[in-house]
Amino acid sequence: MLGYHRLMSQCLRQTAAEYGLSSAEYDVILDRLGREPLHVELGVFSVMWSEHCSYKSSKIHLRKFPTKGPRVICGPGENAGVVDIGDGQAIVFKMESHNHPSYIEPYQGAATGVGGIMRDVFTMGARPIALLNALRFGDPAHPKTKRLVEGVVAGIAGYGNCVGVPTVAGETNFHRGYDGNILVNAMCVGLADADKIFYSAAPSAGLPVVYFGSKTGRDGIHGATMASAEFDDASDDKRPTVQVGDPFAEKLLIEATLELMASGAVAAIQDMGAAGLTSSSVEMAGKGGVGIELNLDAVPQRETGMTAYEMMLSESQERMLAVLKPGREHDGERIFAKWGLDAATIGWTTDTGHLVLKHKGQTVCDVPLAPLFDDAPLYDRPWDAPTPQPHIDPAGLPTPADWSEAVLKVIGCPDMASKRWLWEQYDRHVMADTLEDSATGADAGIVRIHGTGKGLAVTSDCTPRYVQNDPFEGGKQAVAEAWRNLTAVGADPVAITDNLNFGNPERPAIMGQIVKAIEGMALACRELDFPVVSGNVSLYNETNGTAIPPTPTVGAVGLLADYDLRADFASAAEGDALVLIGETRGELGASLYLREVLSREDGAPPPVDLAAERRNGNFVRGLIGSGLVAAVHDLSDGGLIGAAAEMAMASDSGIALGAQTALATAAWLFGEDQARYLIATPDAAKLLKTAAKAGVPAAIAGRVEGDALSADGLFAIPLTKLRRVNEAFLPNLMGA
Amino acid sequence: MKAAVVVFPGSNCDRDCKLAVERSTGARVEMVWHAETALPDDLDLVVLPGGFSYGDYLRCGAMAAQSPVMRAVAAAANDGVAVIGICNGFQILCEAGLLPGALLRNAGLKYICKSVTLDVVNTQTLFTSAFGEQHEAVMTVGNGEGNFFADEFTLDRLEGEGQVVFRYQQNPNGSARGIAGVTNAKGNVLGMMPHPDRAFEDDLGSADGALVFRSVFA
Repeated sequence: MLGYHRLMSQCLRQTAAEYGLSSAEYDVILDRLGREPLHVELGVFSVMWSEHCSYKSSKIHLRKFPTKGPRVICGPGENAGVVDIGDGQAIVFKMESHNHPSYIEPYQGAATGVGGIMRDVFTMGARPIALLNALRFGDPAHPKTKRLVEGVVAGIAGYGNCVGVPTVAGETNFHRGYDGNILVNAMCVGLADADKIFYSAAPSAGLPVVYFGSKTGRDGIHGATMASAEFDDASDDKRPTVQVGDPFAEKLLIEATLELMASGAVAAIQDMGAAGLTSSSVEMAGKGGVGIELNLDAVPQRETGMTAYEMMLSESQERMLAVLKPGREHDGERIFAKWGLDAATIGWTTDTGHLVLKHKGQTVCDVPLAPLFDDAPLYDRPWDAPTPQPHIDPAGLPTPADWSEAVLKVIGCPDMASKRWLWEQYDRHVMADTLEDSATGADAGIVRIHGTGKGLAVTSDCTPRYVQNDPFEGGKQAVAEAWRNLTAVGADPVAITDNLNFGNPERPAIMGQIVKAIEGMALACRELDFPVVSGNVSLYNETNGTAIPPTPTVGAVGLLADYDLRADFASAAEGDALVLIGETRGELGASLYLREVLSREDGAPPPVDLAAERRNGNFVRGLIGSGLVAAVHDLSDGGLIGAAAEMAMASDSGIALGAQTALATAAWLFGEDQARYLIATPDAAKLLKTAAKAGVPAAIAGRVEGDALSADGLFAIPLTKLRRVNEAFLPNLMGA
Repeated sequence: MKAAVVVFPGSNCDRDCKLAVERSTGARVEMVWHAETALPDDLDLVVLPGGFSYGDYLRCGAMAAQSPVMRAVAAAANDGVAVIGICNGFQILCEAGLLPGALLRNAGLKYICKSVTLDVVNTQTLFTSAFGEQHEAVMTVGNGEGNFFADEFTLDRLEGEGQVVFRYQQNPNGSARGIAGVTNAKGNVLGMMPHPDRAFEDDLGSADGALVFRSVFA
């Protein structure tokens, strides 16, 4: 008998390993339960303790983020972050990754990424009003890239358009570092009444637990553990773990959920995302300090013969779990029937502090919630400080033979090229409140706050090549660039959501990237009064031992008190002078110029002076609406050339950059110094005077005139050619 | 002045249409759930909004066309009430037989969202009288199945009878003869793929859409 038990124990431990639990973690389970776990219990622990659900490798570092502020109603820890925008209104927002599923099944992986992040927002009582996405694909020449781009974009469009929320902004990069692991980060922003925010903590025992939405099937089982592991050559076999989305069901779900909330019947509510029924029931009970008992026979099922294990781990989409006030089940029934959703009361909150699951007359799980919820493993993984890269001296770089060619190389490269092929597939206008989107030529998307004079600016930013070369400066830069983009359209930056995408944290070099990037971001957040209110961490983005470039994506929102006082870079007019705000030393390390023209990716990235960012940005924002700013563009990728070219193309007017002798040509034209803005102004003298008074560096950089982009005799590129080159990359890649 | 906007499961431009009509004309707008069998009394206008009714299952608009409320909409159309179907609403009207032709998949096979300049081909209709001497309109399209199709005989008849109301200056989706909007023979039912409900005030980039709604109440 002893030998048999020993064999069974070994089997369980092995199964635990297959489910992603280390031997040490399994020992903790044995200790907390005082016995061996039942199979369902093992499944529950494996998903709750997965990296994706528990944040075990990153949590101690995430605590470094500033999360509070005068506008913060709810910081990290809930389904999404909540910020006050005045007049009794709040914005609810978050960004989340769906990297691993999108690599395996791009359409559904991306679609369900959009679906999942929307649920995190409306589960808190907010109607979604805008979507954004940050995509990183591999080398355009890689055999998988085209198919991945096609599938991901179609999936985002197919889901977002059908649900009826505009996709207004985003960013897309291409780099061979993502060949084996693409990144799909989806962000959703929603509008709520500040006093009608719904949280997930179940308030007391004896309340009905109601499931509503789509039926539960076998899709996505172990999706959470898949997202917590690296890929190898057998990864195609993981296809059944990708979830399948139904945006029509999601639309019905949004309306039903908001109606249910308006009826006053909801005590607590959470969407079923990663680890579905398991994570939602555990988190709702755990946060509330109560227990929960579910009768799995009552769960609406799409397949026959589903086991308790399958039901608890299924990641079928478009499902919500609500704890209702006593006796309010009939409100739910009426609303679910109207919208044609499956629904059932599947359990009750209890006072046992345990998760109890019953199926076909058996108790298949009875575990205390504490170890699952707040006793999850927490690791302080060893990390190596990243090796600093030397500063690139522009004087040591070869001079291109043809400046025109250099400009076109940068403007036409995958990262700078127009993404029209992509965003023309997104409905950017549904809900009739979009003022600025990817098509209009502005640094951030802007939607009106419905029925008010206020506007909400939204952006997503990260420069992975900077983070690769210096995670600390790169982390700072991601936050600073988001802050600048909001500022450049005239918005007051309010708060951010972070989506950290890194490789294997068990490798000290990667853990070092994570630690330093977080520290850089945290510093920028503090100095810019830009707290982190929500976020997501995606680790193990590696294939066959090669990690992605470290990519801490920053999603941010800003407020326009009066949306009429906004700015873009599409309104530069013939005769305007161009004034460059901020200091230029000619930072070419890790720049697009260095990579695209000189085929080098080394060098320290441009340093970020947070005090200068604040001073310059506050100055520029204060000018918007004064009449001195016809158009404004912050400088980032491609430096002065990048900003001037984009302003010229959007404004449909040529730009003649003036002479300068202080710096090497490449440093002046392509340096990616931070804290800078390019302003087209009808009154340069007044602008310069105002800047001098404010102690802000400002100098004339050129004029808006003609129909070409030119610089001091170095090159003159007709707008038509500039546009042709800038628009060519994606149509060529996609065979459009 | 009274209008109704029908809401099907999956409609997502219903709120936009309500606001567009209210802001353009000052009319009172009621929302009508698809399961209702009667429309409100004394309506001047019924609007079938854009979206993805029934998730575009089967064919766009096929299932919505069978909704209980559509009998009442057909009766109202028969009585001469103005009916506008926008985008998915246009698809529903075609499926319901209230307009000729059909909307097929865009020629490029992809969803397209972009600004379009339209020729206002006929300014003598119930829906375009407010355009007056203005023969162009700027609006946006946002659809995957906006490719208008009808047989040659029908197309000739539509052109000949002045039932072609809007035409794309640059055809974004392969629509026959570049047709963006048509009326029925009686002239009181309009179907159009571009969105006047997204072009009813300058903030949105164009206010030309407001003219469509204003024409009905003129």
